[in-house]
Amino acid sequence: MTTLPLTHAAPPGAPRSAAHASYLDTETTLRSWLLTTDHKRIGVLYLGTLLATMALGGFFAMAIRLEHLTPDPTVMSAMTYNRMFTLHGVIMVWLFLIPSIPSAFGNFMLPMMLGAKDVAFPRLNLLSWYVFIVGAVLVLLSTFVGGIDTGWTFYPPYSALSPTAVPLALLGVFIVGFSTILTGLNFIVTTHTMRAEGVGWMQMPLFVWSIYATSIIQVLATPVLGMVLLFVVVDNALGWGLFDPSRGGDPVLYQHLFWFYSHPAVYIMVLPGMGVVSEVVATYARKNPYSYKAIAYSSLGIAFVGFLTWGHHMFVAGMSTFDAGAFGVLSMLVAVFSAIKVFNWTWTLKRGAIALKTPLLYIFAFLFLFVFGGMTGVATAAMSLDVHWHDTYFIVAHFHFIMVGGTLTAFLAGLHYWFPKMTGRLYPERLGMLSAALVFAGFFVTFFPQFLLGNAGMPRRYFNYPAEFQVLHVVSTVGSWVLAVGLMSTAIYFLWSLRWGPEAGPNPWGSRSFEWRTASPPPKHNFTRTPPFEIGPYDYTQPLPDEAP
Amino acid sequence: MTAARSVEHAEHFESLERQAHAARLGMWVFLATEVLLFGAAFALFLTYQVQFSHAFRAGVAHNTKVLGSVNTAVLLLSSTLVACAVHALRRGDAKLAARLVGGTIALGLTFLVIKGIEYGKHFDEGIYPGGVGHYFTLHPIRGLAAFWTLYFGMTALHALHVTIGAGVLGVLLHAIVRGRLGRETAYRLEVGAIYWHLVDVIWIFLWPLFYLA
Amino acid sequence: METLRMILALPRGGSTIADSIDLLHGFVIGVTMLMSTYVFATAAWFTIRYHRKRDDQLTERVTATRRGEAFIIAGILGTFLLWWVIGFRQYVDVRDPPSDADIVYVDAKQWMWKFAYADGRVSNDVLTVPLGRPIKLVMISRDVIHSFYVPGFRVKQDVLPGRYTTLWFEAKEAGTYPIWCAEYCGVSHSAMRGEVRVLEADEYARWKRAGDAKLAGAPPCRLPGACGEGNLVAEGRAVAERRQCVACHTLDGQKHIGPTWARLYGSEVTLEDGRRVVADDAYLTRSMMEPNADVVAGYRQMMPSYRGALSAGEVAALVELIRSLRDAPAPPSGIALPRLDVTAVKEGGAPP
Repeated sequence: MTTLPLTHAAPPGAPRSAAHASYLDTETTLRSWLLTTDHKRIGVLYLGTLLATMALGGFFAMAIRLEHLTPDPTVMSAMTYNRMFTLHGVIMVWLFLIPSIPSAFGNFMLPMMLGAKDVAFPRLNLLSWYVFIVGAVLVLLSTFVGGIDTGWTFYPPYSALSPTAVPLALLGVFIVGFSTILTGLNFIVTTHTMRAEGVGWMQMPLFVWSIYATSIIQVLATPVLGMVLLFVVVDNALGWGLFDPSRGGDPVLYQHLFWFYSHPAVYIMVLPGMGVVSEVVATYARKNPYSYKAIAYSSLGIAFVGFLTWGHHMFVAGMSTFDAGAFGVLSMLVAVFSAIKVFNWTWTLKRGAIALKTPLLYIFAFLFLFVFGGMTGVATAAMSLDVHWHDTYFIVAHFHFIMVGGTLTAFLAGLHYWFPKMTGRLYPERLGMLSAALVFAGFFVTFFPQFLLGNAGMPRRYFNYPAEFQVLHVVSTVGSWVLAVGLMSTAIYFLWSLRWGPEAGPNPWGSRSFEWRTASPPPKHNFTRTPPFEIGPYDYTQPLPDEAP
Repeated sequence: MTAARSVEHAEHFESLERQAHAARLGMWVFLATEVLLFGAAFALFLTYQVQFSHAFRAGVAHNTKVLGSVNTAVLLLSSTLVACAVHALRRGDAKLAARLVGGTIALGLTFLVIKGIEYGKHFDEGIYPGGVGHYFTLHPIRGLAAFWTLYFGMTALHALHVTIGAGVLGVLLHAIVRGRLGRETAYRLEVGAIYWHLVDVIWIFLWPLFYLA
Repeated sequence: METLRMILALPRGGSTIADSIDLLHGFVIGVTMLMSTYVFATAAWFTIRYHRKRDDQLTERVTATRRGEAFIIAGILGTFLLWWVIGFRQYVDVRDPPSDADIVYVDAKQWMWKFAYADGRVSNDVLTVPLGRPIKLVMISRDVIHSFYVPGFRVKQDVLPGRYTTLWFEAKEAGTYPIWCAEYCGVSHSAMRGEVRVLEADEYARWKRAGDAKLAGAPPCRLPGACGEGNLVAEGRAVAERRQCVACHTLDGQKHIGPTWARLYGSEVTLEDGRRVVADDAYLTRSMMEPNADVVAGYRQMMPSYRGALSAGEVAALVELIRSLRDAPAPPSGIALPRLDVTAVKEGGAPP
């Protein structure tokens, strides 16, 4: 066993030595933040921005749920309702879920997990944040000049005809796409070229693998969306009519191109969440992943096969039966990769030394919700069922189980897990557990009834609905309140901990992953000296040198 | 070439080689996104071509083959020049490299001028994007509007790329003239040249679609 | 079956395909419930069983065996593929209408459904069909994409502008079933509702006799005498003359300015650009709306578009007329017949 002590290895609770000022204290002016090229600060900038957009999207969600308390108009008009669900979708998908884990935690953790000082192109990294802000502002501006009422899928010919601010919002999404591409490009190149000595491809923490796979999808799928959205913009603004059937355009072609992006985009949203799960499970179980390779390669498998399944969004859109069948089978394949991951995570727990902390509690919620949401997705690829479920609340419930139950839950797990690393402080554990339970319960009560609504035939994007659906809608709305309370209490204790939380120390969870082998919060260049990476990120058979008694 | 002696790699890289490797890889990844960007437009074009083969044949027949082909030659020549420029800079011949890059930019601008002349011609004939103009009332062939809309959309997007490429090469030219780009940092010119080649390659695909097919 | 439906909150299964689909539904959801509970329970059990005892506790390295992984993958893939095989077979059944189905034409627009029946009557938002007969809907939209959805029948199909899509069902229980628009189509998307009325055979006959003019919400027919005169083929002849179709198209197989309608329906047509298409309902209707899209080899592009000029009922009548001519006799060769010789063909397609 090596006896090299790590220079930063101060005992938990000890005051930080001034010699190694953290990335937070080196400079504290606003200018130093806005012009920073430090990946950690950019990660924090992203995190702040994304929490704000999530709150906004959440507000729209609450408004939609409130509207559904009664079958008739409750608090808003049909037009307002249509704008609300469109904005909820657009904001949550492009301004929160897609950048959430990669741009916030990926930016912060990925270079540290590789033992690097920064990402490969730090200035490009900062640029991507500004591009994101510009795109987000455009999208939000569109709300003030008439909103947008097409649904987040922007299907023409409706989107080409809608008198609302479609061009502005689509340009915003287009620009946000640029930011996504730049981030993805940066991560791919960083993973290839910035790994420290001793960090081979098979020694990288699994989070890096998932971010790497995500980045590949981002880089390859986003431009297709960009192109298609541009065509819709010119259709709407200039009347070019590329998707307008009265001039020979084909609206179904739009759907093909749109889902060629938007189906892989589902994996952009959920793969990073899977990365978080891999990290959290290993750390709290204090055990190596059941099969490192299976988890790593299945990420790549998802990235690849995910490109071949877009047609399952169009089983009733007027596709030939043969094409539909092919897309159905391929969708089954992609689900197998996810299933491999789930079994590996569960079996990682076996013979571990498990401490049930808030992040792990979120992971358990993730496991249940993701398996349920995922398998209802597979069920939808069993094609005759999709004919009934397509565009009903069943689909709404299914993708919320994946997007909220999967990605948001993993995001919250990551937030708790890395909060001490990012801020140097601990959050209150009991409140954390309580809020996690509230979030899980609120989520379940909100979205489980929606499966039943969908079964009963309630189509999505309905402003008014027949009275027989009211009971389930009321249950769902009440659930959304519980969910909101859980999230708000989480926000409150995090804000409290920023200031009054106890000092965390470099490695409060006893993790072996590389980002924990430096101070919390880390110094500007991450590691004051290159730490020895001979002990792998999941090697729990021996104590870390500095922890040796 | 005066002050390219002490070339420092950026702080967060281990060595200049790593940095050059990263820059090249980054450009190739970026090219992949560009290919997919145009790929979506090509997919649209090919689908409509199958649907309205008659109109698309009429559209291609209407385009001036000579201008399109001259433009192809112009771009191919410019790509050759920029490739030679990279070679020259690697050998340390900054003066020759600067001249060659200058030539590339000039050819790029020539391309844009010829494209502009073509656009002018179309507008005179009453062909505008979106099926607007008297040409379409004279030739009421279904799908003709789609052909010309895609023609304008795709060539304009390509022209935008030519402009950006010329701008990037302009910045690099400035750096060479100022002596900030030399033998060790030739990879930067190389990265710019790769981008220029891509712009060229995309045209090689646009050319048969709009002028020859 | 009913218990299953109650648990899953499914509406009653009013069509012939509903039972098998609901069974698959129950199977799939059951497995899903089981699996997610199993994963969750296993994780919880491991958490209790392998609880951390000391803060600095270490663990030994455990890795998966290749056989175990392969076993799990095969098991999961097998289950999923089983679902797909069952689902795909049902999907084919749902999509492929029986050849003897009665045709109803559907026109969707913001925000209503219009139905045109084979006997010439039309109705808005209420589709009346007989019990136990397969019904095939030929649908098109006038503006944006809609989706025709009858939860009670477990069927749904997007209705597109500029292209015909079809959907079929056979009701097996009388009653009314709601129709929903399932594709977001604008402000009043949620108000775009209708209903299918399934009538017993005798009741259906009574409804047919009752006359269309009294149908609630039905618009007046375009021309006097167009409605209620019995069958759609006669109506189609009237339309063909009124709209001057017969100025270019013959009904007896003679070549004229446009292709003849005799024996056209269901035949394979070679187009100008070499493609070969089958002249089905969708092709015929498309040719009325977009005549230059599929020009038959040997003819010039000169037919004007009838988009907006023909009502859904008129289109239905014309298609029905052409359908009736599918088995018309071959024309006497070399003799030019008068163009308007429509009486040469008996309706129903039987040779005279």
